[in-house]
Amino acid sequence: MRVSDTFPVRDGLFAIVEGGTPLLITGRCNDCARLHFPQQSTCPYCAATTVTQELLDGEASLWTWTSVLREPPGYRGPVPFGFGVVELEAGIRIVTRLTESDPRQLTAGMPMRLVVDDLHTDDEGRVVQTYAFAPVTDMGVPPDTDPPGADGEAG
Amino acid sequence: MSGGAGSYEVAVAGTGLHAFGRFEGTSVTDLGAAAVRAALLDAELAHSGFDAAFCASVYSGVAAAHKVLGSLGMTGMPIYTVEAGCASGGAALSLAVESIRSGRHDTVLVFGMEKMSAGIIRSSFFEPWREEAGLAATPAYFALRARRLMETSNVTREHLAEVSVKNHDNGVRNPDAMYREAVTREQVLASTMVCDPLTLFMLCSPNEGAAALVLRRASGAGGEIRLTAAEVRSHLPGSVLGEATPLAGLVDDSIPAPTTLAADAAYEAAGVGPGDLDVVECQDTDSARELLSYEELRLCPPGEAAAWIDARHTHLGGPLPVNPSGGLLSKGEPLGASALGQVVELTLQLRGAAGPRQVDGARVALGHTVGRGANAGVTILTR
Ligand SMILES: [Zn+2]
Repeated sequence: MRVSDTFPVRDGLFAIVEGGTPLLITGRCNDCARLHFPQQSTCPYCAATTVTQELLDGEASLWTWTSVLREPPGYRGPVPFGFGVVELEAGIRIVTRLTESDPRQLTAGMPMRLVVDDLHTDDEGRVVQTYAFAPVTDMGVPPDTDPPGADGEAG
Repeated sequence: MSGGAGSYEVAVAGTGLHAFGRFEGTSVTDLGAAAVRAALLDAELAHSGFDAAFCASVYSGVAAAHKVLGSLGMTGMPIYTVEAGCASGGAALSLAVESIRSGRHDTVLVFGMEKMSAGIIRSSFFEPWREEAGLAATPAYFALRARRLMETSNVTREHLAEVSVKNHDNGVRNPDAMYREAVTREQVLASTMVCDPLTLFMLCSPNEGAAALVLRRASGAGGEIRLTAAEVRSHLPGSVLGEATPLAGLVDDSIPAPTTLAADAAYEAAGVGPGDLDVVECQDTDSARELLSYEELRLCPPGEAAAWIDARHTHLGGPLPVNPSGGLLSKGEPLGASALGQVVELTLQLRGAAGPRQVDGARVALGHTVGRGANAGVTILTR
C-alpha cells in the first residue's frame, strides 16, 4: 500500500510543480482583474463568478512581520514561528507563516521565497504542511528550511 | 445618522456601569442587570419605562438581552441583541439612536455585557484549517499592524510604551478599571513579549463587565447631553491588515479604514470636525491601535501620531486627552460593553462629573471602537 506521507493543511493553497518548486494558487477575476487568495469561485471584490486560477511563483518581498511565541488556539505545531505579510509582484499581499522566527533577522522589503513548511504530524502519521515564506539569502533559501515533500501532491 | 430628514434629536438621560474586571460567580446576566439598574436609576426612569431595548454582546449566547431584562421583570417591549465584534456596542447604539430620531420611540435602553476568559480568545471567526496552520493568532495581527506603523512612520517601541503609560496613569484615577497601577516605560518594555513589538502591557485583556444607557428624545433643555452621531461602517475589501483579517489583500494603501468611514459620517452627522473635540475615548486594543486611531479618526495629520505622544498632546492636561478612563488597556475589553463603556465615560466628562480624570470644560466628545468583522463605530456627544 502506497501512502502519501505529507498532507496539505487545506487543499488549494499551493501546488508543487516538477522539480519540487511550490507555487501559490490564487484566483484572478475575469471581470475586475484583481487577484485574491485563497482562490474562490466568486470574486471577493466584485462578486463576478468567472475566476481563473493563476499560479504565482513565490518571489516576494517582506512587508511586515512578527513572531508567535505561544501556541494560538487550534495550533499543534512548533513555536516560536514567524508570521507576516509578503508582497508579490503580481499585485497581492499574502498573510503567511515565515520560516524565520527571530524578528531581528527580518527587515522590510527583504526578498522572500515561497516554501512548503511542516506543521505537525497528524493522527494517521502524515506530516501536515502549509505554505510559508523564507528569507532569500545569498546562499539561497536557508538550509534549515524543510524541502517540499518529495511526492507531495498538488495542494 | 443617515435616514429620516427633519428627525428628532437624542439625549443621554442616564448611564450605568458594572465595573470591568473578573467576577467569579457573577453571571453575564447579573452583570448586565447591574448596569441596567444603574442606568435606569440615573435616568430616574420607572420600572420598564422604556419603549425598546437594544443589547450588545458577542459571547453570551441565545437571547442574552431577554435573560437580563427577564431577570428584572422588564419585558413586553421589543428587545434586540446585536453582535458586531468589538463594535457591537456601537452597532446597538446606532440602531437605538435611529429609533428615536425616526420618531418610533421616545425612550430606549441600550446596554452591553460580556464575560470572557483570560488569554487569546478562541473565535468561531477563523476556519479550523487556519487555526491549524497558526494563522489565527489574534495578537499577531495587531503586531503586524504595529510593525507596519513603525516602518512607515517615526513611531518607535518607546512611543508604543508611552501609550500604555498614559492609559495606565489615567486608569489609576478610574475606580471602574481593572488595572489601577501606574507603569513606567521601562516596565512596559520589559514586560513579557507577546508578539514583537507588542509586550504584555501594550495589549488589553478580554474580561468581564457591562454598561448601559438610557436615551430619550431631546427636550431642548439647557445642559442636556446630546448624542449627535452614532455611526457604524464596515470595512472595504482589499486591506490586508484590516480588522476583517483576510488572508490576502491588494497592493493599495489608499483603501480607507472602516474607522475613517465611520468618523467622516459621524463628523458630518454631528456638524463638527476633529478640531472641535475636547475629549476622545478610542479603541486601544493595543498601543499601536490607539496611535493608528489618531490618524484614522483624523485627530492628527498622517504620520504625526508619534509627535503627538512626544508632546503629551493626548495625555490628561494636554489639548486633546484620549482615553481619560484608562482605555481598554486599563479597563480590559468586555466586547459587548466596551463601546457603551466609552459613552458612559464621555457622558461623565460632559457632565463635569469625572472626578480626578475630568477634562476641564469638555463640551464635544468622541467615542470609537473597531474590531472583527470588520466594523467600526464612532459616537459623538455634545453638551
Ligand atoms: Zn472581480
